[in-house]
Amino acid sequence: MTFKKRLLAVAAMGMALALPMTASAHRGWIVPSATVLSGDVWVTFDAAVSNELFYPDHNPMRLDGVVATAPDGAVDKIQNGSTGKYRSTFDVALTKPGTWKIGSATQSVMASYTENGEVKRFRGSPEDFAKQVPAGAADLKTIKSFNRNEVFVTRDKPTTEVFKPTGKGLELVPITHPNDLVAGEAASFKFLVDGKPAADLEVTIAEGGSRYSPRPDVKVKTGADGVVKFTLPEAGMYWINATVRTGATPGRGPGGPGGAPGGAPGGMGGGQQGPATALTGDGYSASYTAVVEAQRP
Amino acid sequence: MKRSISLLTFAGAAIGAPAMAADLNVTVEVPKLTVAEYHKPYVSIWIENPADSTAAGTLAVWYDADSKEDKGVKWLKDMRQWWRKAGREMSFPADGVSGATRAPGPQKVVFSGAKGALKDLKPGAYNLVVEAAREVGGHEAVRVPFTWGKAGKPATVKGASELGAVTVSVK
Repeated sequence: MTFKKRLLAVAAMGMALALPMTASAHRGWIVPSATVLSGDVWVTFDAAVSNELFYPDHNPMRLDGVVATAPDGAVDKIQNGSTGKYRSTFDVALTKPGTWKIGSATQSVMASYTENGEVKRFRGSPEDFAKQVPAGAADLKTIKSFNRNEVFVTRDKPTTEVFKPTGKGLELVPITHPNDLVAGEAASFKFLVDGKPAADLEVTIAEGGSRYSPRPDVKVKTGADGVVKFTLPEAGMYWINATVRTGATPGRGPGGPGGAPGGAPGGMGGGQQGPATALTGDGYSASYTAVVEAQRP
Repeated sequence: MKRSISLLTFAGAAIGAPAMAADLNVTVEVPKLTVAEYHKPYVSIWIENPADSTAAGTLAVWYDADSKEDKGVKWLKDMRQWWRKAGREMSFPADGVSGATRAPGPQKVVFSGAKGALKDLKPGAYNLVVEAAREVGGHEAVRVPFTWGKAGKPATVKGASELGAVTVSVK
């Protein structure tokens, strides 16, 4: 109840600000057909980068980097993957009981350097960066990014193996298990950036179904311990996102490539781009996106 | 010699845990529904601690355990309160708990205080929860308070959609 009031207060305040932002934000997401399951069953997924949640109205999510991590940590390929004009679909067979993680963790590098008096730009994977950008290039500046986009589904009893932090990028550590979220019940997550608590991190919580019942995003901040507390007001799917940035930004204005956080893994093909202006300095960004379901009480 | 020992054991048990002698009598009215596609409801009957809403044991789960396709477990999660609090911790079929779905009408079940979840249930106030979920249908949970450890008058709570009257008594 109090949350709803707060939500309304935020709505009144944030409407003017939130709406234009929402209109321009391309949000990457993976939505499962179910998050809580019993027995040996299949789950099917939609994956897209869209304006409205969760309607595929912009671009499909590239499936190149999307994998299924089983409850025992084994990494499996997704099945029946298909990419259409606006959306990708794929299936995962829940062959083992416990919590599965489905998603991508993508690293990319943006760089500028000078070669024969000419500014060169690069954008691609760290592997391609190592191959294509000459070692010891003059005026080398890099903006590294690490984007995660994932979703969790549980067959039978929830488990926590798939949440073991890797210490890279922005990661979610459950205090409330993502498959134990219930509408109207208090919940909390912990966020880590490069393995350390992500203090004072702004986390965006956006409810799905925005086409027919638009609601403003809710922004909550983590404490010094990286913990964010929230209550999802209604049953349904929610998009949760946070981004950490340090140093230089790519100069596409605030939001930059984070506009589609982890949205298009593999979509940023390597190769030079030019003629170009040099980056203003070195930078780092890490983004985290998850789709979670608040169950009916 | 053997005989006297067994007699003593029996007497000791009877004095130590009087609740054990009692049974829990439950009548669940499965409503007759006039719908185009009717499937008999999946029903879980479980005990809830009223203080913190946790489950104190599962007495019965009526589902399609004979289904060749998925052994019926695919639909167990639809009894979502029970699934979250108790069901997902169990394995199916569960001895003395699993049973077939029931037809519309009053369904009487007697749970022995000497068996299963009731055997170790401490005397006190509880809710008997009957939670129904129907394929191509709805979901409903009915809670009936009862006191375990002493005989009491039957209590009845009526469901609104997926369940009719649920009557519980300790005898």
